[in-house]
Amino acid sequence: MTDMLKIVDLHAEAGGREILKGVDLTIKEGETVVLFGPNGSGKSTLLSTIMGYSSIKVTSGEIFFKGENITEMTVDSRAKLGIGMMMQRPPNIFGVTLENLIRTAAAENADKVLDEADNFKMEKFLDREINVGFSGGEIKRSELLQLTAQKPEFILLDEPESGVDLQNIDLIGRKVHDLLFEDAENGSQRHVSSLVITHTGQIMDYIGADCGYVMRNGRIISSGKPMEILNDIRENGYGEEDE
Amino acid sequence: MPNSETVKEALNKKAAFGKDLDLDHYDERADETIEVDDLESSEYKKYMEQVGIMADEMDRTGTLLFVDNNPSHCSTKLQEGIEMMSTKQALARYDGLKDYFWKAMDPTKDKYTAKTYLEDGDGYFIRVKSGYHIKNPVQTCMLLNKDKSIQNVHNIVIVEDNASLEMLTGCSTAHHANDALHVGVSEIFVGDNANLTFSMIHSWGKQTGVRPRTNCIVGKNSNYTNNYVILNPVGSLQSFPVATLGDNSSATYNTMCIAHENSEIDTGGMVNLNGFQSKAQILSRSISMGGHMTARGRMVGNAPEAKGHLECRSIILKDGGATLAIPELEAHIADVEMTHEAAVGKIAQDQIEYIMSRGLSEDDAVSLIVKGFLSGGIKGLPPELQRELDEAIAKANVGD
Repeated sequence: MTDMLKIVDLHAEAGGREILKGVDLTIKEGETVVLFGPNGSGKSTLLSTIMGYSSIKVTSGEIFFKGENITEMTVDSRAKLGIGMMMQRPPNIFGVTLENLIRTAAAENADKVLDEADNFKMEKFLDREINVGFSGGEIKRSELLQLTAQKPEFILLDEPESGVDLQNIDLIGRKVHDLLFEDAENGSQRHVSSLVITHTGQIMDYIGADCGYVMRNGRIISSGKPMEILNDIRENGYGEEDE
Repeated sequence: MPNSETVKEALNKKAAFGKDLDLDHYDERADETIEVDDLESSEYKKYMEQVGIMADEMDRTGTLLFVDNNPSHCSTKLQEGIEMMSTKQALARYDGLKDYFWKAMDPTKDKYTAKTYLEDGDGYFIRVKSGYHIKNPVQTCMLLNKDKSIQNVHNIVIVEDNASLEMLTGCSTAHHANDALHVGVSEIFVGDNANLTFSMIHSWGKQTGVRPRTNCIVGKNSNYTNNYVILNPVGSLQSFPVATLGDNSSATYNTMCIAHENSEIDTGGMVNLNGFQSKAQILSRSISMGGHMTARGRMVGNAPEAKGHLECRSIILKDGGATLAIPELEAHIADVEMTHEAAVGKIAQDQIEYIMSRGLSEDDAVSLIVKGFLSGGIKGLPPELQRELDEAIAKANVGD
């Protein structure tokens, strides 16, 4: 398998404080990777850095996507290369409705995806301004609807189950599964890779994670089988107080 | 009614808000009557269609066109339930309209109302009779056609009890009349159990002065909606319509503006919550492209269980102007609930990048936000207005 994402000695800061302190990570094509770590360890910052958000400043190191150095690339260039992100707490977008964004950003898939909005329980939100007044579950479902239209080859999922009630977790889990295993039911090979942050591990029931990493204090400190890591965290915690 | 000496004194009275315009600057008379029988072949068609007035009158109940100070066209498809004519015709026919004429507006309010009073300005008179619900909108157009002149119009709109009406008003300037002044006094009366939606799209010249004066008195269990849109450059525009509500009635003001370079816009609205359980919503969305933009909103709670919300949001796309949001809430009793929020500034970078993360360039993301901010932010606009607004925004070239 070729490398989908390769991160080399990445250092990054936000608000003048160094958050990522030398991250090395490789994700192969078709691989689903789970990222664990205590609050404040740098997981969300890592995902935002991969997406290219300007609130994070890369101070050294490099990010390669499908062999191309994307470290200095704009957010939209990364999206066009095939990276998509489900944010944990996306901003309110005043003035832009969910339907308008999907139609503008993913015109070729828009009709099909919008027709299926009821499968995401989002049919009543299409004419709403994005995220404005949305509940936790509604935000996640909105993000998933957008990603389904966007069809990225590599998906960053920042705590897809956080703030979601039990009933919605199954829906969200199934839709994440559909995103990652697109066309799998037709027998074709899965090709979507992902990097998923989870605290509870609930999403792992739906994504068949291949590998898990633990992040602490801005670095990846260990790796292993995802369920083993999760069980270890459940039993022993992260070993120290959160940073 | 005040005597004319008192009104003459008011000719020197500056308006409460906005730049003080020198009325003597406009020294040309514009008294010629220009009759327009066929709107479709009229030379004014292009100006009318810029502001949503359909020359073919499809899906319109009727049309009233004023060129400068005289009526040019009046047509209606309905024989029953609605009256449309000039204000002067109505004054002659209905004994001086003594229950309405200068009853909602004080002519000494400022120099502009005084001027209209003293000039005995004509205008449109529209009345929907009790029990009639007019399905298609009535359209009115006020066109400035003579440079250095003043258009003084005095409109009266009456929606009687158990009746409803939607009005689309377009105001525009012929290209050769750039430096003229529009003063439009509108007195609006909405009865009990009645609805009026009054939507204005304005498109003026870069030097045009605009001073509309609109007061509305709303009865019980009624709804009044006032939509105002200006997307093109204007010289100086100041407007602060006032609605006074009876029991269980509601008023909604939606304002959408773009302040271009060298444009001064001072607009908003005021609602007097005088009725038990009366409700108001004042929403303003504006963009400064280097112009001066003042967004005002004022609510006065005078009756128990009155509720209101006021929201002013403004995006600054280009430096060089100034943006001022002034939301005001005033309560005279305890049992009212009024809130406001205001936001002024550039589009937050995280919003732009969120859109970019779906594959749009930065320019496209800004354009999408700006256009949506103006057109999509306000719900429940009449479909006709929404369509006109979307078309105007597409042409407005903002954020591209």
